[in-house]
Amino acid sequence: MRLHLLALLAKEPAHGYELKQALEQTFGSAYPSPNIGQIYVTLGRLEKDGLVRAVDVEQSNRPNKKVYYLTAKGRDLLEIWVDEPTEGPRVRDEFFMKLVLAPLTGIADRMALISRQRRHYLGLMSDLNDLLSRTPPTDRVALLLIEGAMLHLQADLDWLERCQEDLA
Amino acid sequence: MTSVIKTVNLVKIYQDGALPVPAVRGVDLQVEPGEFVAVMGPSGSGKSTLVHLLGGLDTRTSGEIWLDGKRVDTLSESAWAVLRRRRIGFVFQFFNLVANMTVGDNVELPALLAGASPKVARERRESLLAALNLTDRADAAPAQLSGGEQQRVALARALANQPALLLADEPTGNLDSRNTRDVLRLLGTVHKEGQTIVMVTHDARVASLADRVVSLFDGEIVDDGRIARRRTGTAGEVIDLR
Repeated sequence: MRLHLLALLAKEPAHGYELKQALEQTFGSAYPSPNIGQIYVTLGRLEKDGLVRAVDVEQSNRPNKKVYYLTAKGRDLLEIWVDEPTEGPRVRDEFFMKLVLAPLTGIADRMALISRQRRHYLGLMSDLNDLLSRTPPTDRVALLLIEGAMLHLQADLDWLERCQEDLA
Repeated sequence: MTSVIKTVNLVKIYQDGALPVPAVRGVDLQVEPGEFVAVMGPSGSGKSTLVHLLGGLDTRTSGEIWLDGKRVDTLSESAWAVLRRRRIGFVFQFFNLVANMTVGDNVELPALLAGASPKVARERRESLLAALNLTDRADAAPAQLSGGEQQRVALARALANQPALLLADEPTGNLDSRNTRDVLRLLGTVHKEGQTIVMVTHDARVASLADRVVSLFDGEIVDDGRIARRRTGTAGEVIDLR
């Protein structure tokens, strides 16, 4: 979450609760509802690393609130994060390792592994279908995220079929 | 409860010159009323052949096919034609629409052939076209439609006579994601209303609507089981892209 908070602070200084609201407004339902405690912990660490600076702002009738600013060092880190290409999905995942290694162990054959995995993926896809139908059309960021997840799953399933053709 | 479909050791062997090519090798499949079964597997695994056999569009080499408790693999071609008209809807990857009839008439015809009154057939046509976002294309000729639109017309036509069994072979092969959504919604609705569906598909979104997935490999069923559904929550909670 560190870099997400830095990105929000690059727009304008904010206190913890404002950052929580900004995440919710920007992502809609596409971001797991952030826990305020987690935000404060993360801000504390960012401050310790010199990436943000906190300024106490006096409030009448209330304890002071801390407003956080991005430091130059924080901005540098953010720029590196934005500029560098992002890793693609990992294909040599846990399932791939099982698929290759399991037959050597004699515990399971590949056909059974592929079939089970296919049903698992279809179950996930079904959850996404469900999610899609429950997401309002105005929640565009969330809709794009769901569509992305569906396309990934479709690719995983197509690849399972290739494994079946070549390995089974 | 009588199964909608039951096959016993179903075999189809094509003849390629002197060479026998087995496409379906001993399939035992049972489908209960209201079930939605997705048939998956690599190309050449026998999926299309299987649904063609179930719809009587191809003849089996050996084994039995039972529909609604009646043995049908021994039926004549004309008896199959009657059965299809009354009991089976078919959607193919290629749409097989009647070229010199309007889109609306293509959808209405099967209901009339199956014996529905003109009023019922018309109502059915209108609700199906509306569900698939095709109402304003009703008077067009099939050739004036895009591939995706023709595909949806083919689905509407297959559902027009409210068949006991819907057979489909890659029914979303030509659809973009928005059109697929309409098709998904309609399939979901008719399935909820009790429509029995057997569908060959590569499209995981469509397959995931099914209750059960049957995987074919080399003409045999290698997996047959239910699709488990689990997670609920918001997109942010459910999705964690790697």
